[in-house]
Amino acid sequence: MTTSIIEIEEPSKLSSKDFASNQEVKWCPGCGDYSILKQVQSVFPDLGVPKENIVFISGIGCSSRFTYYMDTYGMHSIHGRAAAIASGVKAANPDLSVWVISGDGDSFSIGGNHFIHSMRKNFNLNYLVFNNQIYSLTKGQYSPTSEKGKVTKTSPYGSIEEPFNPSELALGAKASFVARTLDRDPKHMQAVLKRANEHKGTSFVEVYQNCPVFNDATFFAFSDKETKKEEAILLEQGKPLIFGNDNEKGIKFEGLTPVIVNLNESSISTNDLWIHDEKDKTKANILARFFDTTFNGEHFPRPFGVFYTEDRLTYDEGMTEQIKEVTARKGKMPLNKILSGDKTWHIA
Amino acid sequence: MNTLEKKATNTAKIIQTESLVVRFSGDSGDGMQLTGMQFTDTAAMLGNDLSTFPDYPSEVRAPIGTIAGVSGFQVHIGSREIFTPGDQYDVLVAMNAAALKVDLPRLKKGGIIIANLAGFDGKNLRLAAYPENVNPLDDGSLDNFIVYSIDVTRHTKDALSGTGLGMKDIERSKNMFVLGLLFFIFDKPLNHTIKFIEEKFAKKPEIATANIRALNAGWNFGDNTEIFTTRFSISAAKLPTGEYRNITGNHATAIGLIAAAEKSGLPLFIGSYPITPATDILQELSKYKSNGIKSFQAEDEIASICSAIGAAYTGDLAVTTTSGPGMSLKTEALGLATMLELPLVVVNVQRGGPSTGLPTKTEQSDLLQAMFGRHGEAPLPVLAASSPSDCFNTVYEACRIAVEHMTPVIFLSDGYIANGSEPWRFPQQDELSSIHAHFINTVNGDNGNLLPYKRDEKLVRPWIKPGTKGLEHRIGGLEKQNETGNVSYDAGNHETMVKLRAEKIQKIAEYIPLVKPDSGNATGNLAVLAWGSTYGSIKTAVRELINEGYDIAHIHLHHINPFPMNLGELLHGYDKILIPEMNSGQLLQLIRAKYLLPAIGFSKVQGQPFTTAEMKEKIIEELKK
Repeated sequence: MTTSIIEIEEPSKLSSKDFASNQEVKWCPGCGDYSILKQVQSVFPDLGVPKENIVFISGIGCSSRFTYYMDTYGMHSIHGRAAAIASGVKAANPDLSVWVISGDGDSFSIGGNHFIHSMRKNFNLNYLVFNNQIYSLTKGQYSPTSEKGKVTKTSPYGSIEEPFNPSELALGAKASFVARTLDRDPKHMQAVLKRANEHKGTSFVEVYQNCPVFNDATFFAFSDKETKKEEAILLEQGKPLIFGNDNEKGIKFEGLTPVIVNLNESSISTNDLWIHDEKDKTKANILARFFDTTFNGEHFPRPFGVFYTEDRLTYDEGMTEQIKEVTARKGKMPLNKILSGDKTWHIA
Repeated sequence: MNTLEKKATNTAKIIQTESLVVRFSGDSGDGMQLTGMQFTDTAAMLGNDLSTFPDYPSEVRAPIGTIAGVSGFQVHIGSREIFTPGDQYDVLVAMNAAALKVDLPRLKKGGIIIANLAGFDGKNLRLAAYPENVNPLDDGSLDNFIVYSIDVTRHTKDALSGTGLGMKDIERSKNMFVLGLLFFIFDKPLNHTIKFIEEKFAKKPEIATANIRALNAGWNFGDNTEIFTTRFSISAAKLPTGEYRNITGNHATAIGLIAAAEKSGLPLFIGSYPITPATDILQELSKYKSNGIKSFQAEDEIASICSAIGAAYTGDLAVTTTSGPGMSLKTEALGLATMLELPLVVVNVQRGGPSTGLPTKTEQSDLLQAMFGRHGEAPLPVLAASSPSDCFNTVYEACRIAVEHMTPVIFLSDGYIANGSEPWRFPQQDELSSIHAHFINTVNGDNGNLLPYKRDEKLVRPWIKPGTKGLEHRIGGLEKQNETGNVSYDAGNHETMVKLRAEKIQKIAEYIPLVKPDSGNATGNLAVLAWGSTYGSIKTAVRELINEGYDIAHIHLHHINPFPMNLGELLHGYDKILIPEMNSGQLLQLIRAKYLLPAIGFSKVQGQPFTTAEMKEKIIEELKK
């Protein structure tokens, strides 16, 4: 038997370590960003995208340092503009897997305009917002997602502004994929990241992220054992909306108003419940309002998972197809023809 | 009747003239821009040299008949070389009283006024704010001019009777009547315009027919009525041999970008947001989808430059186009592009500022912004075009510098040359210089390390496209460690990088042409040093003065940062340096600071270009001191 040493071009499957750059990670101890970085690095080997085709574009803020820690292509840009830069990257090369990394200040305050247009334009990219409801890199001022009345260094008597509800905002801006996940639920986050990657179009993922220094424990109710079953509801396609410590509560519609029902009552069956349908925008809009809206005075649990998905033409596809279509119809105009234009005259 | 061989039966004498300026003036809705362009095209086809100046209000349709709504188009045609649209006009077409009021001051004494009678009725006179019961056409105030009051509306109506067209369409055709009349007066054929009308209204033959009838009627009116005793003829100019086309600055900028993309082998990406007077460039480039051009109308000025930065990072020739207010919005991103050291061309078609300022009027007031308008020390190459057709050459050069020196470049045009046009002996693609992009595909450091900020002899870093295997790396706005590009807050490293970035831009001077006088000698009593769209009036003034025996020169800069290497030496050869600018003296500051020369400024900040006359007067005044 002869043996030969063959150098195989195709590397063995990448591991999460292959996605870690050689830069020291410098977030505060206990920051939720560590978990997000870990989940992203864990999921990426399974995405089937060659490492060189992955590009991270981030803005400014704690979240946006993320780019430096991924051993992929990346640009740490300027405040609020990551989405705009990413649109140029995607237009230039639609084959790249582009991941926008941003925070609540970056996307909903200074970059608000780019955020809404990014949703509308629907480039095929992934847009992660690490929402910690505070400005952290500048050391603790209220953000556009901070709850009203928030006491911070710039609001010592409480903020007087209503916060944005990011999923509602994204849906209003015509997002084709809206999801929410949580730093303290690694498995859930990994599943959502995979779904985001699979979706063709702009995949908006809001990640609730704890800032242990300036806004600690804001989202703990959604992950702590004692409270999470009452305060959070996990969305699963085709499954009824059920929550509660003993899974005894369900949500159903009375007309267009959601109501919480007790499944222990004999008159209620799971067949009567609201079945989650990611394709149903009306439902998605109502789900998104399980935030600060009470329905008939009732408080609703916060949904996690994929609220909404929609298949529609992406900007990059549209741009590529238009170029193809017009080229097929008109043909490439030779440069000499462009230089001369239609009307020329000769001077002897 | 064969319109192509129209011959006058009229016995009016034809005077051969060297050059003439015509101003078409009317309401925004009167079609004066189109009329002017058609007149221009015909003159160009016949070999006249020319220069045009569209001068229109920023309101799309200001109230009809008002001073605010006056839209003008000025064209200077000649059998000699023409560099400006002319200080004063020989012929003024006034479609209404407001047009006459606005444009009369710059009509030459003895000049011709062609007035549309219907535009001088009571209502129009009131709207133009003439005193009660005063009509300039009959109160003797125009005695120093030759006035032809013509009932254009009635004649157009007569010509189009039986066509079945409504009054509105008939009204719209009256500019063609005027154009036909002008073609008669200037002894020019109708065929070019007829062809244009046929093409423009190919799908509306009844409108085409009406316009052509109106055009012929105008010509016939001139021929049949004996009120025109004099006609003018301007023979072809003695221009260098070759193929010519007429071109505006914005159009030249657009195709300069296309040419640079093609010659560099890079896809062209333009990320822009509409803004007067730069919008035409985005519009023009949007037509070329079949050449693979990716035009992207971004949500705002910031997104437009940021999308371009994203495209540049990904390996495209990336461009963003704007005007002053947009430029201000882009400046933070310009800092990022400087830090990233990516090629990017930023086109600023300057207009009167600050703020919304004079959107449709011209100014050169963004030079210092281009030079210094960024936070931190972020030097960038700055280039400026000197004429409509020069926009092609200069934006092409801007692309070359951006790509070959891995830097954002600011290209300055302005409203005057952006909308103005002139004949252009366009190049063939083979005559264009090549542009080399330097992508790397393998690591460039020792031990298999990638060094994204390792510099070559020009101090230029490599361009690395995402998608290139094995070269994954991160860049960003934070200060970079020399060579590795990793984040570094090291004090000494920061200073090194600031200096390296500055030196890289200065080094470009070694790769651009030396400057030489455009007119005049390399020494003399006075040099007029200038940049941008003042070129035409300065060239005309300096040439005329040289012919009169003055020892002066005209030096015109296209590269403003860095300056050509010999500029200081050249300037020291003159006793005086005069720097005319449509600002309060911006190049003046740069020249004084850099060369310690007592240069003299000459400012005009009126939203209007310099006239040749005021330029000559100033030069003579300085020479007398």
